[in-house]
Amino acid sequence: MPEMTYRDALNLALKEEMRHDPSVVVWGEDVALYEGSFKVTRGLLAEFGEERVRDTPISENTIVGVAVGAAMGGLRPVAELMTVNFALLAMDQIINHMAKARSMFGGQTTIPMTVRMPGGGGSQLAAQHSQSLETYFMHCPGLRVAYPATPADAKGLLKTAIRDNNPTIFLEHELLYNSKGEVPEDPEFLVPFGRAAVMREGRDVTLVAYARMSILALQAAADLEKEGISCEVIDLRTLAPLDTETFVASARKTGRAVVVEECWETAGLGGEIAYRIHRGCFDALLAPVQRVAGLDVPMPYSRQLERLCIPRPETIITAVRDVVSGRY
Amino acid sequence: MDVTLRGVLPDRELLRFYEQMVLCREFEEACAEQYAKGQITGFLHLYSGQEAVAVGATAGLHRDDYILSAYREHAQAIVRGAEPKRVMAELFGRATGVCKGKGGSMHLFDPTLNFMGGYAIVGGQFPVAVGLAFAAKYRGETRLAACFFGDGAVNQGNFHEGLNWSRLWELPVLFVCENNFYGIGTEVHRSSAVPDIHKRTCGYDIPSEKVDGMDVVAVYQAVKRAADWVREHGRPYLIEAVTYRFRGHSMADPAKYRSPAEHEIWKARDPIPNFGRRLVAEGVASQGQLDGIGEKARSLVAEAVTFAEESPWPADDEVYEDIYV
Ligand SMILES: Cc1ncc(C[n+]2csc(CCOP(=O)(O)OP(=O)(O)O)c2C)c(N)n1
Ligand SMILES: [Mg+2]
Repeated sequence: MPEMTYRDALNLALKEEMRHDPSVVVWGEDVALYEGSFKVTRGLLAEFGEERVRDTPISENTIVGVAVGAAMGGLRPVAELMTVNFALLAMDQIINHMAKARSMFGGQTTIPMTVRMPGGGGSQLAAQHSQSLETYFMHCPGLRVAYPATPADAKGLLKTAIRDNNPTIFLEHELLYNSKGEVPEDPEFLVPFGRAAVMREGRDVTLVAYARMSILALQAAADLEKEGISCEVIDLRTLAPLDTETFVASARKTGRAVVVEECWETAGLGGEIAYRIHRGCFDALLAPVQRVAGLDVPMPYSRQLERLCIPRPETIITAVRDVVSGRY
Repeated sequence: MDVTLRGVLPDRELLRFYEQMVLCREFEEACAEQYAKGQITGFLHLYSGQEAVAVGATAGLHRDDYILSAYREHAQAIVRGAEPKRVMAELFGRATGVCKGKGGSMHLFDPTLNFMGGYAIVGGQFPVAVGLAFAAKYRGETRLAACFFGDGAVNQGNFHEGLNWSRLWELPVLFVCENNFYGIGTEVHRSSAVPDIHKRTCGYDIPSEKVDGMDVVAVYQAVKRAADWVREHGRPYLIEAVTYRFRGHSMADPAKYRSPAEHEIWKARDPIPNFGRRLVAEGVASQGQLDGIGEKARSLVAEAVTFAEESPWPADDEVYEDIYV
């Protein structure tokens, strides 16, 4: 299997799906000529031409809304929002239109579209450019939400998103674009939605995470192994649907769980997961489920402060030690 | 260039324009250096090439007029009176910065200067400017809100909604578009059905005009006239200042989408040396005086960098401060 970056894996998924299906079209700010702010759409314009790969004005709500209409009209649009922060300008089309059309119109239409958006913090981009809004999307019925952690999943999940007949929010972590991993070359390689990955098996604690948090959880698990704590790391892959079965089974086995999430803690997705674990295996738990989450503050610019706001391997390690030693 | 500079403003004002433009340029170039050294992190959008707009426009406003801008706003803050050393400290993420290191390059703010912010969501400043203008009118103040924005921002609903609202409620907003022809890598005619931005206000019955944004005196005159008009009529006005950014969109952008020939044409129109030549030609200043201004600006910027370097980082507890009152 060739090794490639998360960025290139996404790029390959886009190219394969555009070759596979002429109804796949791509648009967004600076995706064509400039080849994307993060270069995920590199080479698309050259291969597929201006009809299928289009630069748009800076008009986020319309970028999504036009995709909704095009999807209703028989296309399979893949829209890019330059970052998740700008999805806030498109929330009307995402929540009121993209997520609702099928159900509200009695199942008479499908909205087979994908909105890709890079997100996450950690690059000193300050309050308006560092947000983790995954919970906002998974809160809304009617949307699929994928957020890959590895290059292979980036490719396989994006291909599934594009082929899926449901509208999908496809999140990409800005700090993972350069991460490398083996990626299957098979153009039919798909990663199904709603199936979490057990990234590492363990006995003592279950770490439930997604995207960059899964990578940090793996790093923490490697360090904790040295002090004799065995962690099982579950990468959710998709937040909607949420593979409750897999993380509940794991928590039942280990008896302890820590959820790691980059979003703000209050009303963050970790609360939902903790609830599902408590519901699913309360009898088997040796400790209440713990959470390691983003600090409940607007992201400060200064790196000295920003570092305090995002989970780190050390903060995960502390939480795991606490849960194992009964300090909670 | 039929007008003589001296016919417009006294020598000391003209020299101040030059001084401010040079200071802004030196400041930005020092930022680029500090970014390369890793002292400044995150996004850094430099203003080099556009100085005549910030300097000319600010001079055409009253000190109590509000100014709002986007994320390419170091120059606007400095020209309005922010101390270069405190702006640099903000960019370094230090506690002594104008926003205590919490905002960074894209979010300068100083209410004591009526500098009401740098906003990093394209078009986010439009409604805020309209709201400030409303508050001013409501409170019986004579000030206006000057809202700076780029050519890329005019395709946001916020722009159109802001224009309509300000006209409907008859609010003193001066919209100033800095048309540098690009929104990141997309040229204005590829993103706007009507690339002549000043023409886009006709649907809202808002008067507008276009001005040479590389000519500091032309910008000053246009903004002064427009601001006086806004104050007199209590209604919005839009100025499109045509300009160019000499660097990429941000430090991450090598700007390969622009041809070297295009760049050269605009370099030849650099607002600073051209204005300097006019000052000398019209006998307002000697070349020696101008050189001295350059020296002074460089040392001011060097001091700013030293100040920033030596400033403390914010304390960890600061992370919970300033969120609620
Ligand atoms: C709502 C929103 N969409 C996209 C972006 C990303 N972005 C930052 S600057 C920019 C281009 C803006 O161009 P323009 O308004 O012409 O300003 P300039 O950078 O030329 O000063 C874009 C698309 C953003 N910050 N906010
Ligand atoms: Mg522009």
